[in-house]
Amino acid sequence: MIATHRGSRLLDALRFSVLGLVLLAGAWLDAAAGARITIPEPAPGRGEACVEPTDLMRREHMNFIEHQRDATVHRGIRTSRHSFKGCIDCHAVRKDDGQLARHDDPQHFCADCHRYTAVRIDCFDCHADRPTANEPAADAAAPRSLARLAALPPPPDCTAGGLPRPGS
Amino acid sequence: MSAPDAPGRRAGLARRRFLQALGLVAGAASAPTVLLMRPAGARAPDEPASARQRWGLLIDAGKCAEGCDACVRGCNEEHGLRGQGRPATDAQWIRKLDVRGPEKGRAFSLPMMCQHCASAPCVDVCPTGASFRRADGIVLVDKHTCIGCRYCMLACPYKARSFIHENLRDQLPHAPRGRGTVESCTLCVHRVDADGEAAQPACAEACAAAGHAAIVFGDLSDPRSPVARELAARGGRQVRADLGLDTGVRYQGL
Repeated sequence: MIATHRGSRLLDALRFSVLGLVLLAGAWLDAAAGARITIPEPAPGRGEACVEPTDLMRREHMNFIEHQRDATVHRGIRTSRHSFKGCIDCHAVRKDDGQLARHDDPQHFCADCHRYTAVRIDCFDCHADRPTANEPAADAAAPRSLARLAALPPPPDCTAGGLPRPGS
Repeated sequence: MSAPDAPGRRAGLARRRFLQALGLVAGAASAPTVLLMRPAGARAPDEPASARQRWGLLIDAGKCAEGCDACVRGCNEEHGLRGQGRPATDAQWIRKLDVRGPEKGRAFSLPMMCQHCASAPCVDVCPTGASFRRADGIVLVDKHTCIGCRYCMLACPYKARSFIHENLRDQLPHAPRGRGTVESCTLCVHRVDADGEAAQPACAEACAAAGHAAIVFGDLSDPRSPVARELAARGGRQVRADLGLDTGVRYQGL
């Protein structure tokens, strides 16, 4: 009788510890899943601030660039405020090995978010993805998000060999 | 009525005179600065290309040396044109031609590039509007709209356009180019936009550096420009003038 009683107590303790373990494992899995979908935090560009507020740029950058594109190509207007070249000059990312990140590198300013949102752009089929060598190198002091990015696993859908390119 | 107003009016007049004087001083100070800063035809970055200019080239075949391809090399370097090892289809914005007349055997050499026609056949045939003529006469391809159909290549009597067959890498920031689009001489539009009449297209620069100075850039519609003065003095010809395309590239010594 006493023995049975003691046995049931032992069983209870076992049950609780198993439950606890399951809960712990669940929390750990949640955390792991959370880490996989951390929102990208692209390296800051050169200078004090972007040409527009960040939230506006997040939503409208493509429209700014497209508008400027037509003004430049057809009318020869070459203001730098919304120019594609301006973005590239300001937001080039220098990697740990000293090289400027190319557009198929996850550290590239554009690639970073575009991989995350699965929006494939073909700008860099034609346009330079980094300033030319003789132009001033972009901000080298952006280690905070770069280190974070390097630690992150790449998104599961484009792990192999960067973004697929047409014809390759 | 007038008596109480008089001091106020006097003060107003004095103020006006002072402002006029200030305006004159400011004008005198800024006018030469503007003249110094801007070469003829140069625009502020936010100012669109205008029909007041008609940019063009004057090429003296008499000065163009046979066997010299400095202009072609200068152009290739400026725009990052690199051969893909396929001479039949590699992009060429300038073709260097050695010509011999069949009757008298007179020979000369000349560079042939986009002639920047006023009535450009490439613009006429383009189904998407990608081929266009800018207000200042420069004929360009908007590669964002080009679908690579190559009608313009067929229509061009000067064989001035190239189609890009291969994926490219390491394009230059001022010369975006990519597979599946047509391209041709831009009259170094990036230089023209920056410097106007003072701009030297890469071919003209390379030709001068090679000691020939056979290519002169300028504004055909400005009678004071070197190109217009030279044309007025010695005349110039359009290649295939019979087509009536009103080319922006003129030749002497043909």
